[in-house]
Amino acid sequence: MRAFTYERAKTPEEAAAAVANMPGAKFLAGGTNLLDLMKLEVETPTHLVDIQDIGLDRIEESGDGGVRIGAFVSNTALASDKRIRRDYGVLSRAIVAGASGQLRNKATTAGNLIQRTRCSYFYDTNMACNKRQPGSGCAALEGFSRQLAVIGTSDACIATYPGDMAIAMRVLDATVQTVKADGNVRSIPIADFHRLPGDTPHIDNVLERGELITHVTLPRPVGGRHFYHKVRDRASYAFALVSVAGIIQGDKSIKVAFGGVAPKPWRVESAEAAIADDRAAAMAKIFTGARPTPENAFKITLADRALAAVMAEARS
Amino acid sequence: MAEILHFTPSRREVMAAGAASAAVTSFPANAQRVAGSAKPPSKMPVSIEINGQPVQLNLDTRTTLLDALREHAKLNGTKKGCDHGQCGACTVIVNGKRINSCLSLAVQHEGDKVTTIEGIGTPENLHPMQAAFIKFDGYQCGYCTPGQICSAIAVLDEIKAGVPSHVQGDITGRAKASNMEMRERMSGNICRCGAYSNIAEAMADVAGRRT
Repeated sequence: MRAFTYERAKTPEEAAAAVANMPGAKFLAGGTNLLDLMKLEVETPTHLVDIQDIGLDRIEESGDGGVRIGAFVSNTALASDKRIRRDYGVLSRAIVAGASGQLRNKATTAGNLIQRTRCSYFYDTNMACNKRQPGSGCAALEGFSRQLAVIGTSDACIATYPGDMAIAMRVLDATVQTVKADGNVRSIPIADFHRLPGDTPHIDNVLERGELITHVTLPRPVGGRHFYHKVRDRASYAFALVSVAGIIQGDKSIKVAFGGVAPKPWRVESAEAAIADDRAAAMAKIFTGARPTPENAFKITLADRALAAVMAEARS
Repeated sequence: MAEILHFTPSRREVMAAGAASAAVTSFPANAQRVAGSAKPPSKMPVSIEINGQPVQLNLDTRTTLLDALREHAKLNGTKKGCDHGQCGACTVIVNGKRINSCLSLAVQHEGDKVTTIEGIGTPENLHPMQAAFIKFDGYQCGYCTPGQICSAIAVLDEIKAGVPSHVQGDITGRAKASNMEMRERMSGNICRCGAYSNIAEAMADVAGRRT
């Protein structure tokens, strides 16, 4: 691991300024993903700004009937919260479908959102990776790609967004709240937060340098039945091949987002109205433009079957 | 025979030598890369309460909680398996919650209360979970066992506190300390000997006694 200096910020603005003003600085929350990558020298920060003391560790009611989740709230605390379990069940279910008990105790809401891909070529510093080293190429294109993305990819990168929590947040229409070094705040709809790779796959999301996530807000509860169906190679503690976050109402209207298939949580709202009556047509629309490899083309069929399983469960 | 015994190093010495050679073989690439900008490592004082005892350490900022416990506080009970959060051998309890000590910097734990296997029980006064692991044969080689026991104790606390799990039918309800729950909640602790079913039995036994 490369050497670095360490400080604890006292306020969100101070943390944002500390990272903005020092090249090579990064925020440190739980550290479960960042430290792993630092050990492999995939991430090489020269300074860490720890955000554990800046008061972002609460889940509160927001003014408009929704919920405001602090950036430093642990995955366990969020999944265990009574309001979240009652009103936003898909979020609790998604979180407990990911990682292990130990990791969920340490991993945070903001860290989970901006966790980096688990593409094995991103992790392997002997291999070309445009996400790790811009311009170096993509070993995954000709490599083993079973786990990788089938849609939203580019010629520069076919990495998958690995998380579960954000898939549920996408179907819940969450908003990411941030603060910058100058104290300015902004609200970013989750749909616009993660980026597609294009020819700049090293930029995972729209955060600017030194811009700190302070909260994630959820709108007023929408009711309905909540599902998170994750298909993976082991029954527990494995990344998704495909996952489905779904909210199904009594009138059969459905909202659905997919994980494990794209560089970001994948949701096509315009296809949702057709799902109840013609799932095949809706899925064709959701996966229009997919460019799977021979190794991961099965994910498109699997996504359809996972959605069918959720809809069958909703009928029972 | 006596002469051979004379030259037989202790298990600790063998392991220390192994660690040293592993360090040597894994460092040259890095050493070359940073040689030009040779700065001294950044060090910081860290105070952690370990098993009820205040401990003051002066550490390289890169030191993980795991290495602080093993190499600096000299508590070798906590084990280093994968060092990447995948195996759970390094599991300790920090402020009442189990974490992977390998994926946490020691400096993140200023003022925290850490419980390691050495603080769980002693050979003379076993924790009920330790006694149950012995009774139900919850281990073979024993390398993952300190992490398994720390995790198992915390799992029963998590069930009691209402932390939900992936195998729970009703996410708004309370989980029972069932075999399926134990298996799901312990999935972050790998046992290559395969003592899983006996570990789940040991946990069920302790859970039954608690309620």
